[in-house]
Amino acid sequence: MASPIEQFQIKPIIPAIGFTNSSLFMVGAAALIVGGLMFASRKRAIVPGRSQSIAEILHEFVAGTLKDATGQEGMKFFPLVFSLFMFVLTANLLGMIPGFFTVTSHVIVTFALALLVIGTVVVYGFIKHGTHFLGLFSPPGVPGWLLPFIVVIEIISFLSRPISLSLRLFANMLAGHIALKVFAGFVVALLGAGGAIAFLAPLPLLMAVALMAFEFFVAVLQAYVFTVLTCIYLNDALHPGH
Amino acid sequence: MADPTKRGDENGQKPDSSGDADLSARLKSLDARLEKVAVQRRETKETQTRKTSDSNALGQALRLSAEFISGVAAGGIIGWIVDRLFETSPWGLVVCIILGFCAGMLNLFRAAGLMKSAPHDQKR
Repeated sequence: MASPIEQFQIKPIIPAIGFTNSSLFMVGAAALIVGGLMFASRKRAIVPGRSQSIAEILHEFVAGTLKDATGQEGMKFFPLVFSLFMFVLTANLLGMIPGFFTVTSHVIVTFALALLVIGTVVVYGFIKHGTHFLGLFSPPGVPGWLLPFIVVIEIISFLSRPISLSLRLFANMLAGHIALKVFAGFVVALLGAGGAIAFLAPLPLLMAVALMAFEFFVAVLQAYVFTVLTCIYLNDALHPGH
Repeated sequence: MADPTKRGDENGQKPDSSGDADLSARLKSLDARLEKVAVQRRETKETQTRKTSDSNALGQALRLSAEFISGVAAGGIIGWIVDRLFETSPWGLVVCIILGFCAGMLNLFRAAGLMKSAPHDQKR
C-alpha cells in the first residue's frame, strides 16, 4: 500500500533553477487559464458561443462577488481577485486528476497567496487613508480602560487573517487528498488479503467514489471561499473603521 | 384564487361610489400586500441560503477551527518574535498566546456571525 502522503512530495525537474513538479503545475495552471480564456474570447461575438459563455459566466460571477462585498469602487481590484480565483480554482481542479500534483495542498503556496492579499490591503489602506487606516483596530464604543487590550487583540486578529486564509485552503485540500488515498489504499489491501475478506473490497471503493465527488465540490467551494474572504479583506482597505 | 375574485367584486362595486380617495386607498392596500409578499420572499430566500450553508457542516467546522487556530498561531508567532527581539523569554510568548487566544475567540464569533449586531461589524 502506497503511503498516502507520497503524492505531496516535491520532486525537482530542472534542479539548476529549482524548477520542481510544483512549479510545473503552477505554470500549467497559469497557461491553462490564459490559453483557455484567450481561446474562449477569440471571436468576441455579441451572442456568445459555448466557450465564450463559460468565460463570461466566470467573469460575471467574480465581478458580482466583488461588487457585493466592496461596492463599485472595489472593482479596481477586479484583476487581482479574478486572477486569484482562477488560479486557485484551476490548481484545485488540476489536482483532482489522478496522478497530478495539487499545488494548493502545500501551505507555503497558499500562504504566499494570502500574503499577497493582506499586503495589498495594508499598502492600499495606508496609501488611501493614511493613519486613518489604523481606525480598523479601534472599534467604536469601547470604554477607555479597555482600549489597549482591544487594540492588541484586534491587531493579532488582523495578523491572523493571512494564516486562517491560507490554512483553510491548504487544510481542505490536504485532508481531502489524504482521505481519498487512504480509502483507495483500503481497496488494494482488502483485495490483497484474499479469501472472504476480498469481498469487502467494494465498500471502500464506493466510499472513494463518493469522496471523489465531494472533493470536486470542496475544490470549487474553497476557491470561492478564498475569493469571498479576499473581497471582505479588501473592503477593510477601502472602508476602514466607520 | 381568493384574491382575484375579491378584487373583481371591488372593481364591480367601486365605479358607482367612485372617487380618487377610494382609488388611493385601494392602491395603498395593494402596496401593503406587495410589501408583505416581498418581505416573505426575502425571508424564505434567507432561510434557504442559511440551510444550504448549514448542510455543509464539515466545511463549517473546518472554517471555524481554522479561524480559531490562526488566532492562537498568530499570537504565538508574535510572542516568539517579541521574545527574540527584547530577550523577555518566556513572558512575551505567554502573554501573546493568551492574547492570541482572545483574538481567536473574536475571529470565531465573527465567523459564526454572533457579533453581527455590533456596529463595528456592520461592514463585514
